[in-house]
Amino acid sequence: MNIEIAIHPMADVAPPKHGPGAYLACFRGIVWREVLRFLYQRERFLSALVRPLIWLFIFAAGFRQVLGVSIIPPYTTYVLYETFITPGLVGMILLFNAMQSSLSMVYDRETGAMRTLLVAPFPRSFLLISKLIGGVAVAILQAYTFLAIAYFWEIEPPLIGYLTVLPALILAGLMLGALALLMSSLIKQLENFAGVMNFVIFPMFFASSALYPLWRIKEGSPLLYEIARFNPFSHAVELIRFALYGQVGRTLEAGEEGAGAGISIDHGIVIPLQSGQLLDITHLVVVAGCTVLFLAAAIFAYNPSKGLIARRGGPAGGAM
Amino acid sequence: MSRARGQFNFTGDRRSRSGSPVGRVQTGAVNRKVCYRVARLSEDTASAYGVPADALAISGVSHRFGDKVVLDNVSLTVPRGAFTVLLGLNGAGKSTLFALITRLYDNVSGSIRILGHDVRRRPTAALQRLGVVFQSKTLDQDLTLIQNLLYHSALHGIRKAEALKRADSALHIVSLSDRAHEKVRNLSGGQARRVEIARALLHRPGLLLLDEATVGLDIGSRESVVGIVRSLVAKEGLGVLWATHLIDEVAPGDLVCVLHKGKVLFSGSVPGLLAAASSSNVRDAFRVLTGTTATAEAA
Repeated sequence: MNIEIAIHPMADVAPPKHGPGAYLACFRGIVWREVLRFLYQRERFLSALVRPLIWLFIFAAGFRQVLGVSIIPPYTTYVLYETFITPGLVGMILLFNAMQSSLSMVYDRETGAMRTLLVAPFPRSFLLISKLIGGVAVAILQAYTFLAIAYFWEIEPPLIGYLTVLPALILAGLMLGALALLMSSLIKQLENFAGVMNFVIFPMFFASSALYPLWRIKEGSPLLYEIARFNPFSHAVELIRFALYGQVGRTLEAGEEGAGAGISIDHGIVIPLQSGQLLDITHLVVVAGCTVLFLAAAIFAYNPSKGLIARRGGPAGGAM
Repeated sequence: MSRARGQFNFTGDRRSRSGSPVGRVQTGAVNRKVCYRVARLSEDTASAYGVPADALAISGVSHRFGDKVVLDNVSLTVPRGAFTVLLGLNGAGKSTLFALITRLYDNVSGSIRILGHDVRRRPTAALQRLGVVFQSKTLDQDLTLIQNLLYHSALHGIRKAEALKRADSALHIVSLSDRAHEKVRNLSGGQARRVEIARALLHRPGLLLLDEATVGLDIGSRESVVGIVRSLVAKEGLGVLWATHLIDEVAPGDLVCVLHKGKVLFSGSVPGLLAAASSSNVRDAFRVLTGTTATAEAA
């Protein structure tokens, strides 16, 4: 016993520097907590699932006859409206999840759980990114559950699509999560979240290609079309749509416009191939770019010396 | 105030860890029971660098939000093995000070050192030695005690096998071992606070911050929380900064720092405080110093 005591203070002179193992343990701990919390809150799981299913079963069934969808990439045949909006609804799951995790961060901040996270002895960017990935993991669990149910509703993308959609889900989830993280640093109090709903979630969702192909919007309102095709959420939805059919980076025939279902910014970001073909990677580039942008802004906002929290005296609500 | 003078005598405790091997063995004998040790600098090694660093040393820290000065040239020291009470009314600047120590945001002026490590320049080293119990509840209600503790260990990069051992002994310290697999939701307020203390000890800090840790607790829970923290100070040599607006939580052997409207009005021992305010008890001394006539504690 005494020997142990004699050794111990020496060992404690400096707690061990964090090696990769410590970073991994920390990362796993944060993601594990997010998933665990989600699994324990069964109501949250169900309500997160019910929302897109209502859209699929009711809204889509009602609109099936109203909205005709022509053959547009990535679809190779006429598709039912249900099939068309499925990627949009997956995007909706990611969007709501991201915003909900941003809500929980504001809430955590008020209850202090966010402060527990931020006081951990790791670089703050690492902590925030780990938290972000935890949220994305939860969202992807929901997205796959939704896709599984939709399968029995005869929305049957190619089986390989379930695999190829995964990277798209991760990237889109990260983009929306980073946006939410940024917002969580901007919102000072929980009550403001209703505003987020009105001013962020709804406009982002409705002014996108989630519910209707952009060429239909263009017929109705050129202005909305312009807004929608620059909406990062549109690109996230299109990325998921193309990935679900294994067609990210689709080659365009000479003269063909960028992806018809969506929104290449009329030959947005394309890579010239041989024989006059073009490779369309607009959505991928836009989503990845937005992810980096939002994430950098969020990390800046949480920066202890420069960030918004420092300037405004938050986040602990009553910090005084 | 009714506590026996010298029961938690700060100077007496310090003598026992003055670096003599005998003192350390004695400490160890006490520890054996709980199999728990707190990270602290060995006096011998620290003295090789000069003076052993205090658990917490704040000097010349000012902070403002916009035009509002929240902290004005605050200096304050928590020696190792000392129970230091940060006494102030609501709005005195305690929470801002805590936000700065925990590096929620950076101090713009002055310096904050935790066991010698500047919070700004070496945040990782400083935060590794810091344990915090926040004023608001920070446990996940739907997870079990042990899951909460494992999460916190992970935040300090402690791997699972080791984390389980530490969670075990930390729960033992706060006498909640038998509830390890219950959900936090089922605990009373006082028990949840004790779990938060256990959690703050997992990474074996040398400095423990508690922000209004007894607010909202009944008398019995308050005593048990205060008792646990005081025994950690006595047995493990932790430096504790205990922020409160409840004057009766000050014991005669404590160090006291009176913070009022962002300024430190007094910092030192209880007898020193009484002498400075020429009062007979801490409550009167606080009133004299702050110039408040109303009772300091509405709660």
